[in-house]
Amino acid sequence: MSSESSDQVLDYPLRAPTALEPPAEWDRLRQGCPVAHVRLPSGDKAVLLTRYNDVRQVLSDPRFSRNLAQDGAARITTNEGGSVFENPEAASLAGGESHQRWRRLINRAFTVKRIQALQTKIEAMANHLVDEMVKKGPPADLVSDFAFPLPVWVIADLLGIAVTDRDKLAYWSNAMLTMTQFTQEEVNRAQMEFAQFLMGHIAAKRANPGEDLLSELITATDKEDVLTERELMMTAQGILVAGHETTSNMIGKMMSMLLSDRSRWERLLENPSLIRTAVEESLRFDANMGFGLPRFISEDTEVAGQPLPRGTTVICSMSSANRDESFFEGASEMKLDRTPNAHITFGAGAHSCLGQALARTELQTTLQVLLKRLPTLDLAVKPEELPRREGLLVGGIEKVLVRW
Amino acid sequence: MGMRVLVEYEKCCGAGQCVMVAPKVFDQRDDGIVVLLDETPPPDQYKAVQEAVTVCPGAALRLEESA
Repeated sequence: MSSESSDQVLDYPLRAPTALEPPAEWDRLRQGCPVAHVRLPSGDKAVLLTRYNDVRQVLSDPRFSRNLAQDGAARITTNEGGSVFENPEAASLAGGESHQRWRRLINRAFTVKRIQALQTKIEAMANHLVDEMVKKGPPADLVSDFAFPLPVWVIADLLGIAVTDRDKLAYWSNAMLTMTQFTQEEVNRAQMEFAQFLMGHIAAKRANPGEDLLSELITATDKEDVLTERELMMTAQGILVAGHETTSNMIGKMMSMLLSDRSRWERLLENPSLIRTAVEESLRFDANMGFGLPRFISEDTEVAGQPLPRGTTVICSMSSANRDESFFEGASEMKLDRTPNAHITFGAGAHSCLGQALARTELQTTLQVLLKRLPTLDLAVKPEELPRREGLLVGGIEKVLVRW
Repeated sequence: MGMRVLVEYEKCCGAGQCVMVAPKVFDQRDDGIVVLLDETPPPDQYKAVQEAVTVCPGAALRLEESA
């Protein structure tokens, strides 16, 4: 590398000053060291990409997989079982033709038409959660009272899980994902109970199909496309893992960004037609997205004019890419009406987020309902005191105390 | 001279961004793959189509001047 910092190895993830602000290194890396050497928590070495075009190029390249369960790939942690990126079973659905076949089956539940049909239900769930908040009175924690339950209720509905079972689903999801609050024994038990529940649930749907995604996938097995029992289980688990914590965190971060400078919230109150672009801008402006997406470079390539040899593990920082001044005008400003907004928060290419239309609809509905029901909403803590969620892969805020 | 929309179907990942941004020009099949409703949309749709082209996560869309 040509830059003066070529020999420096940074510890990754980088540390940010507050839950809403970006790490100080991003600017410097984008300008002087677009292909940076980093050390992961496991001690293994990787390369960090921070520029928009570079991140987009690698994420869109179908040759490079996110599967790190292969020879020579860096490990993210030394934890028992590794991270979600090192699961060899998930990898069997992750690449090439089998990925395309799986994705086209699952996509059926996530088309814009299907998600728009879900919207009234999501709105009713959001209103119900606000009713409960209002009943208890301010201050409330927007995370535990709203942002945490909403996406898990939506997933329960999508999977055809009864309303009476959705709190169990929320508990398992919490235990499996936010490991720090639970003992290893509790995490193991949650995994086992969830797997048992899913097996029973799939059997019940097989005997008695409903209007949900699982029933649809099961019925599809009568046609030419076949998902095995194991694939059905992994799909249901995958939807929970990919759709719960990420969306919950994003609701908390979006509301924190909009309320930390209350003129943003006021602008939306005056002009609710900005909701769609404000959601996109919140997704772009989120500096606390977590780890980023890894890719294993399986053949020699070049990024930013520099060679990336085969065997390199690359970390793509979408949140740094989204702040790249050479791509976004006024990148460090939050502009609620920014159009177009080609942020890559959901990734890019064949593996870009499957549930993005659903996530967008949940975020838009959150704003619609909260603007209407709680127009006087405000943070009850200083923005710089918002407590960061201490997780490795997904970035979020632990608690967003609000009043109205 | 009008504008023509070009789609590279094999790049489509079914994210549905085009349908959300320009529903008069784009729709989706049941499996999420894009359906082009209007290959030569009227001028009042250019802005929305251009936005769809820019935000498509698969870079599957283009807008070109047609002869």
